[in-house]
Amino acid sequence: MAAVHDDHAHGHGHEHEHHGPPSGIMRWLTTTNHKDIGTMYLWFSFAMFLSGGVMALTIRAELFQPGLQLVAPEFFNQLTTMHGLVMVFGAIMPAFVGFANWQIPMMIGAPDMAFARMNNWSFWLLPPAAMLLMASFFVPGGAGAGGWTFYPPLSVQMGMGMDMMIFAVHILGASSIMGSINIITTILNMRAPGMSLMKMPMFVWTWLITAYLLVLVMPVLAGTVTMLLTDRHFGTNFFNAAGGGDPIMFQHVFWFFGHPEVYIMILPAFGIISEILPTFSRKPLFGYSSMVYATASIAILSCTVWAHHMFTVGMPVTAQLFFMYATMLIAVPTGVKIFNWTATMWQGSMTFETPMLFAIGFLFLFTIGGFSGVVCAVVPVDIQVQETYYVIAHFHYVLVSGALFALFAGAYYWLPKWTGHMYDESLGKWHFWMSMVFFNVTFFVQHFLGLAGMPRRVPDYALQFADFNMISSIGAFGFGFSQLIFLAVVLKCIRGGKKAEARVWEGGTSLEWTLPSPAPYHTWETPPVIK
Amino acid sequence: MSVAQANTVIMKKLLIFSVAMFGFGFALVPFYEKICEVAGINNLLQADTLTENVQVDTSRWLTVELDANTRGLPWQFKPMQSSVRIHPGELVQVMYEVRNNSDREVVGQAIPSYSPQLLAKHLKKLECFCFSKQVLKPNEVRQMPVQFMIEPGLPNDVSVMTISYTFFALNSDSPVTDTVSKAKPI
Repeated sequence: MAAVHDDHAHGHGHEHEHHGPPSGIMRWLTTTNHKDIGTMYLWFSFAMFLSGGVMALTIRAELFQPGLQLVAPEFFNQLTTMHGLVMVFGAIMPAFVGFANWQIPMMIGAPDMAFARMNNWSFWLLPPAAMLLMASFFVPGGAGAGGWTFYPPLSVQMGMGMDMMIFAVHILGASSIMGSINIITTILNMRAPGMSLMKMPMFVWTWLITAYLLVLVMPVLAGTVTMLLTDRHFGTNFFNAAGGGDPIMFQHVFWFFGHPEVYIMILPAFGIISEILPTFSRKPLFGYSSMVYATASIAILSCTVWAHHMFTVGMPVTAQLFFMYATMLIAVPTGVKIFNWTATMWQGSMTFETPMLFAIGFLFLFTIGGFSGVVCAVVPVDIQVQETYYVIAHFHYVLVSGALFALFAGAYYWLPKWTGHMYDESLGKWHFWMSMVFFNVTFFVQHFLGLAGMPRRVPDYALQFADFNMISSIGAFGFGFSQLIFLAVVLKCIRGGKKAEARVWEGGTSLEWTLPSPAPYHTWETPPVIK
Repeated sequence: MSVAQANTVIMKKLLIFSVAMFGFGFALVPFYEKICEVAGINNLLQADTLTENVQVDTSRWLTVELDANTRGLPWQFKPMQSSVRIHPGELVQVMYEVRNNSDREVVGQAIPSYSPQLLAKHLKKLECFCFSKQVLKPNEVRQMPVQFMIEPGLPNDVSVMTISYTFFALNSDSPVTDTVSKAKPI
């Protein structure tokens, strides 16, 4: 890698006359520029977001009324499975990596990511994995249909769609690990002189911790799906009860990855919110160091709570108690963050541009999702709501109004820096309010459905659930189509608009706001000095 | 040390760490089995021992229904009697019969399943054909015993219960997965 890095630096010298990139498709295929790669990550994740969204809308259309109307139950199961996988691995995670690529070098004063060519690889592994996932719908037997968690015995039994899913997860995992190694190295080694760790912007801190979590648990997931693959084809019996294996063990190993994974999807969101709230409150972030420690505690605790996803497998009461208390403990550092954000806004000179609206929306709705998480942590309650729509409502509150709202907030916040134009503020506000209202219409009622006992992952339901399901489906279509406003805003912003200043937001204090807008193709070739 | 060299050092460390975590995923398998063994969970292949002197509760009758299934192997498998009426605390023996209908040697493993689930906690098995794999020669017929006792601690509202065994194939030439995926309705 050292040689590659030198090459890059060298080649760079030759091109000093014209700063622009090569033109045409080769620019995107061969680019090692962190901004290009960040852009590709973001467009890729948006495309996956729309595909996963179409699956979600098909699911909600089927659930609009009781009975089977639109799709066969087998296909419905494939849709719920693929919706989860595509959104988690295709939309949310790559979107955050896109933000990391664009922002981390600019925010710490580095000229590029540490391993520019590996960065290119990390991205270009994603499209083949996405194609494998999408193509699995068309093979005999269809896509994997055992849920995004691919529990055995179903995942050991299914057709070749499951093999394609396993390979896709392998590739996505390799991409994530490479991306994380790149991010950790960049942050640890390439900060501008004078920028100590405790002077880094919060977004950089949260990504550093997230990247460590990724290299910790992604390989475990790779191991798990490898075991699944050998169970399916090479006669091993890790999860096959007949051969002395144990399907419950899969759940333990999977959730050892899976629980830190949910924090992988929310910690960078915390980082984005921690940038935006101070900017629009025109005050520094309240309790910066406690934020750093809270993030680290969340990450460490997240590795000790996995079995709360499986309270009903018949584990001993002592284990249930341990996992229940450990889970509740996570509410403490999370609470520290929520209170710090609130204190940041306290007596600030707040204005409510679109990024701030999404950030405040995040704060309200993520807190609701956090609390329903604490409810689910209580063992007897969890045994009641396990595999019901209550759980669906809970994790959509943390993943959609948590991670996704933070992504939108970040996109509006940095779009002027990326494109050099201001986005359309009134369209942005429309996007926010439509998303906010329809999101709650979709998911708030699902709490009631879950408490009333409606099971998840079923294409049909009992008549008493009909009203809430209809409301939820109407909300889902509203939410889905509102996202086209975002697409329109982004396209409009790229084409033109009011010229953005270097310091787009008057409260912005981190390094990227000292660069011109749009950010030049190469930045910080001479590192800034931080006092 | 230049930045590029320092970067390479960190990358190597992180790569080694990732590979180690990949191995850790596999290390969880024996670790999990050890924990289950120590905690006494899930010991499908071990006989229980009766530590204390259990009183037979002759005032209470229990009906134990016996069930047998095969999955993916050419065997005929059935209990010699469909159900037994017993007292809690009583040591009983039931017989199962298995017949290999094919002209080749087949290895199978029986996996138990109980209904209601809490029966698992109160069922003590001293002897069972499910404790080891069974090798049946072509067309061999074998009768196999299960010796068990149901503890008097079984809750009073349970009076009928089912003990079920399913034989799975262990041969590598006819893995369970193949048969099942072919039977898939889609």
